[in-house]
Formats: sequence, structure tokens, C-alpha cells
Amino acid sequence: MDELSLNLLDIVQNSIHANATLITINVIDHQQMNCIGFEVIDNGCGMTDEQVSKVIDPFYTTRTTRTVGFGIPFLQQLADETDGELKLSSVLNSGTKLSLKLKKDNIDVPVMGNLADTLFTIIQANQTIDFYFKYLDDVHEFIFDSKEIKEILDGVDINSPEIILWIKDYIKEGLKNEIT
Amino acid sequence: MKSLEDLKKLREQAQDRMTMRMDEEQKYRVVVGMATCGIAAGARPVLNALVEEVAKTKAPAVVLQTGCIGMCTLEPIVEVFDKNNEKTTYVLVDALKAKEIVEKHILKDEVIDEYTVGKYKK
Repeated sequence: MDELSLNLLDIVQNSIHANATLITINVIDHQQMNCIGFEVIDNGCGMTDEQVSKVIDPFYTTRTTRTVGFGIPFLQQLADETDGELKLSSVLNSGTKLSLKLKKDNIDVPVMGNLADTLFTIIQANQTIDFYFKYLDDVHEFIFDSKEIKEILDGVDINSPEIILWIKDYIKEGLKNEIT
Repeated sequence: MKSLEDLKKLREQAQDRMTMRMDEEQKYRVVVGMATCGIAAGARPVLNALVEEVAKTKAPAVVLQTGCIGMCTLEPIVEVFDKNNEKTTYVLVDALKAKEIVEKHILKDEVIDEYTVGKYKK
């Protein structure tokens, strides 16, 4: 994957699969702090300590459609190769936290890429899950709180044509400075 | 700059429309594989193109996401289910093909043979 935002999309699928009802996503892309990365915190089913130690192995997976799982191994590899840091902690039946911090000036660190598409993709498909998304870069901050949006929508389907197109533009506008 | 106030107005519009049509809408279910394999192969732009195109053309379909469909080398995969649950599987889809699937399959009920899995795996 050549964009960090694709890795993020992939990792969030894990939280969704863990039946989380609230997923908090913090994204940072900060030149001055020389930091790029993300944090995903969910209240899903969590993992045992044994599982946490195993997920870095690409030949460990809980899925049934194939025998490998590359989501977290990709991140671990990226962190190893670029002198970055991946942290994973989990409590069974209460939730999981993953945090990836990379050095922005390392030549092997990918760009953030199209974060707007990632956020939109997550929100479009998971209306029963609440997302709290926060983005920070050198010049601005953008917060997307799906609870707030749902309150306004008052039961109207987020996938209604005019609503979903509006949300797409709203996210794009909010993240405008992502590509530098 | 868009504000959440705009969203309130749109909600009313959507509510008005919702009361008028209900059944016709779900003629097709379009499912995109969004696991690690799909994402790495380019499923995100496909999903975005599908959602946008369906919304813009008000096509009678709902766009859904799923995990790994099982043929990782043929990702991005898009499955189109009709009302009778008959499935058409499109493989190696990109954003342009996704638009075409909406234009032809969803809006005109024409299957695009050359993009289907049958063309790649005999």
C-alpha cells in the first residue's frame, strides 16, 4: 500500500469486524513535529495477550476465507523499516488501541494520501457505528463526529443521494490541506 | 464553506423524497470487497466511484462493503446482486469500470460480459 490512508482504512476494518460501536480515529500529519501517523481506538471485542502477540505474524488470522492476514504485519514492517513505532494494546471484551507514529522526514515513509476517501468509505458503510475522527496538521484541525451528523439527520439514511454527496464534499473541504 | 446547517436543509429534502419512493430503490445490491487485498488492489476508488455515481444518477441500488471475497488476485471485485439474489461478479475493477457498471448494469440492466469473472477464470 502506497498511502498511509489505505493502511488506516484497512486497520479500521479490524475494529468494525470486532463489533465496535464507537471508533475513535486520530490522524496526525505534522511537518514541524516531524510526525505522521494515526491512532485507532475501539470498544470492540478486544484480544487476549496471546492474540496480541500473534497478530504481527502474517500467518495468523481469525478469518476463514484465507489463511493469511497482512493488515498489522504491513504496519509493523513499515515501522521497522523507517525507525517508527507501532503500539498495540488490547483488553478482551473491552477494546483495542493501535497507534502508529512515523517520522515524516524518513524517505521510506509513505504519504498520507487521500484521507478524505478513506473517511468517506468508512462512514458510508457503517451507519450503526459511531466514529469520532480528528485530523491535525501544521495549519489546521478537522473533526468529524458521526454522532453529531446522525443527530442532524434524525433517522434519514446517510446513503440518500443528496446526503451522501454532501458528506463527501464536506469531508473533502475539511481535509483540504491534506495534500501538500 | 459547508456548514452543518446545510445538512439540515438537505435532510428535509431527503425526507420528502423518502415518503414517495421506497420499494423501487433496492433493485440491485452492489457489494465491494474491502479487505487488505481489495484495498491494496484499489478498492477504495472503486467504492467511492460507485457511491458517487449511484447517488448522482439516483440509480436503483444500494452500495455495500464486505471483507475478502476469496479471489485476492482478481481484486478489486464488485458483486452485483439482483432482486432474485442472482449474482454477477466483476473482477479487476477500477473507477472507470465502476462507473460503467452503474451506467449499464444498474441503470439499463445490461451485464458487461467482458469484465466478469467468467472471462478471466474458465
